[in-house]
Amino acid sequence: MKYFGLIWKNVWRKKIRTLLTMLSVVVAFLLFAALSAIGYAFKGGEDAADAERLIVLDKVTIINPLPQSYQNRIASTPGVHSVTFASWFGGFYQDPRNQFAQFPIDPYEYFAMYPEFKMPQEQLDAWAKNRQGAVIGREIAEQFGIEVGDRIPIQATIWTMMDGGRTWEFDIEGIFETEDPRGSSAFLLFQHDFFEEARAFGKGTVGWYIIRVAPDADPVQVANAVDIQFANSPNETETSTEAAFAQSFAKQFGNIAMIVTLILGAVFFTLLLVTGNTMSQSVRERIPELAVLKTLGFTDLSVLGIVLSEAILIMLFGGLIGLGIGWVLVQGAAAAGGAMLPGIYLSPQAIATAIGIMVLSGVVTGIFPALKAMRLSIIDALSRA
Amino acid sequence: MSEVLATLTSVSKVYRKGKEEVEVLHNLDIEIPKGDFIAIMGPSGSGKTTLLNLLGGLDRPTGGTVVVGDAELSSMSNSQLSHWRSTNIGFIFQFYNLLPVLTAQKNVELPLLLTDFGGGERAKRAGIALDIVGLGDRARHYPRELSGGQEQRVAIARAIVSDPALLLCDEPTGDLDRETADEILRLLQILNREHGKTIVMVTHDAQAAEYANRTLHCDKGTLEAREAV
Repeated sequence: MKYFGLIWKNVWRKKIRTLLTMLSVVVAFLLFAALSAIGYAFKGGEDAADAERLIVLDKVTIINPLPQSYQNRIASTPGVHSVTFASWFGGFYQDPRNQFAQFPIDPYEYFAMYPEFKMPQEQLDAWAKNRQGAVIGREIAEQFGIEVGDRIPIQATIWTMMDGGRTWEFDIEGIFETEDPRGSSAFLLFQHDFFEEARAFGKGTVGWYIIRVAPDADPVQVANAVDIQFANSPNETETSTEAAFAQSFAKQFGNIAMIVTLILGAVFFTLLLVTGNTMSQSVRERIPELAVLKTLGFTDLSVLGIVLSEAILIMLFGGLIGLGIGWVLVQGAAAAGGAMLPGIYLSPQAIATAIGIMVLSGVVTGIFPALKAMRLSIIDALSRA
Repeated sequence: MSEVLATLTSVSKVYRKGKEEVEVLHNLDIEIPKGDFIAIMGPSGSGKTTLLNLLGGLDRPTGGTVVVGDAELSSMSNSQLSHWRSTNIGFIFQFYNLLPVLTAQKNVELPLLLTDFGGGERAKRAGIALDIVGLGDRARHYPRELSGGQEQRVAIARAIVSDPALLLCDEPTGDLDRETADEILRLLQILNREHGKTIVMVTHDAQAAEYANRTLHCDKGTLEAREAV
């Protein structure tokens, strides 16, 4: 630490050059933060998935509904603790740009199935009593300024009403939220009974079933048992874990992880060249000074440590600023556009990875100039002074 | 002045230039008494600076031994030599070699970074050293804000801050005008006479050599003693 003043002064020896180098580091880690958070949003459902929940879909396609009569048969399958259902509604709020998911469900069953969603009991009870009631996630409520007691219209893109209308109106009875940062509450839930009664077609069906596996049961065996039950029926099923479901859902958008990795790889490769060049120049310019340090009694290893620390400091300083700006932007995006990209989140794991990359990049860019500084001959170097 | 600080015994130094070997010092024997002020003169390439480098542990002899104080330098590792230099030797160069990014105060504190002193103690000692060279009021100035003579004074303060017994000066006035050079030489004389520093100074300048107690002439790898005028 006592060398910090010397290292800091050396870093800022050429202010413009250091600023430009740091700017490239800032941009790289800003990009890292943003892309990690976006990647997380696509992967978030997978991470937040409960290992003891299974999803039952139509074997052919997610678009095909399943008969509502399956619920009791699934419930009686050995190893099934409880079962509920949901359907895709696919509407928008006021304007087609205001997209967020809506699901008709059974209030008590659904909240029992997803204990990570928190809502006051009195709101749940009030909603259960109001067939036209709905509850919304905190992200949606804050984004659109919706409050409990409001009546909001949702324009259906699939489900017309019995009277041919497409505007479904709901009374907001509650606001739920999730404390799990990996999850998202950017959706609206309303009563399946109301949906069943009001929709013009598709009656007696649901989109998919959600199963909670009994604590002592094997999820794979339960999934097989459910699918065997409906084999050779008009609506064969495919049951998978919630994580597998989330993964296959995310893959509809392409291999986001691969795209993020490729972009970041290119950015960091360029960054290494830029910073490496800066460090090499910096050492070349002050060979006599490094020789003076050695003459005064600084050991070869201390000189190596000083130069290496300069490279790491540039990376850490610029990187943390970039990460900080990225974090602010991600927070802003989560607050402003949570419905568009639910689950956008800069995870502690991503932050730790970024810091690891900063240190590693510092070592990679600094090691060769540092070794050069360490090995320089005092006599030769002083003769250049 | 009878106690010996440094002894060079049968020291030779050979440099290799491609396939050719150049002997810079040849079987050199010299004793440097504690508290002495020696000027070494001689033509370029005569081995003056090489002699200084050997005394300071910056270079190793091809043959013979170099003993300074209790340390036999030829047998020490690079790391041991570094530690030894930090407490036993003060270097003063022709071109001052101050770090431009540090203030005078921080330049003087540099050798103290290698000690266990805390920041306060380092600052205090650097302040004393700057006072000795008459630059206490320039502590916060950067080298670019100082004249050549002042820079050399800061370099001298850096050389004495860790209180080494031996000061090695390589052309300390070579970059200064006559008047400033005399000021620096008088300062070295004070350090020798009042602070008991042993000084070995390489110089081309006969007038500078007059400030020393004695002058040794280096030529073709050997030394010849001449008393100061």
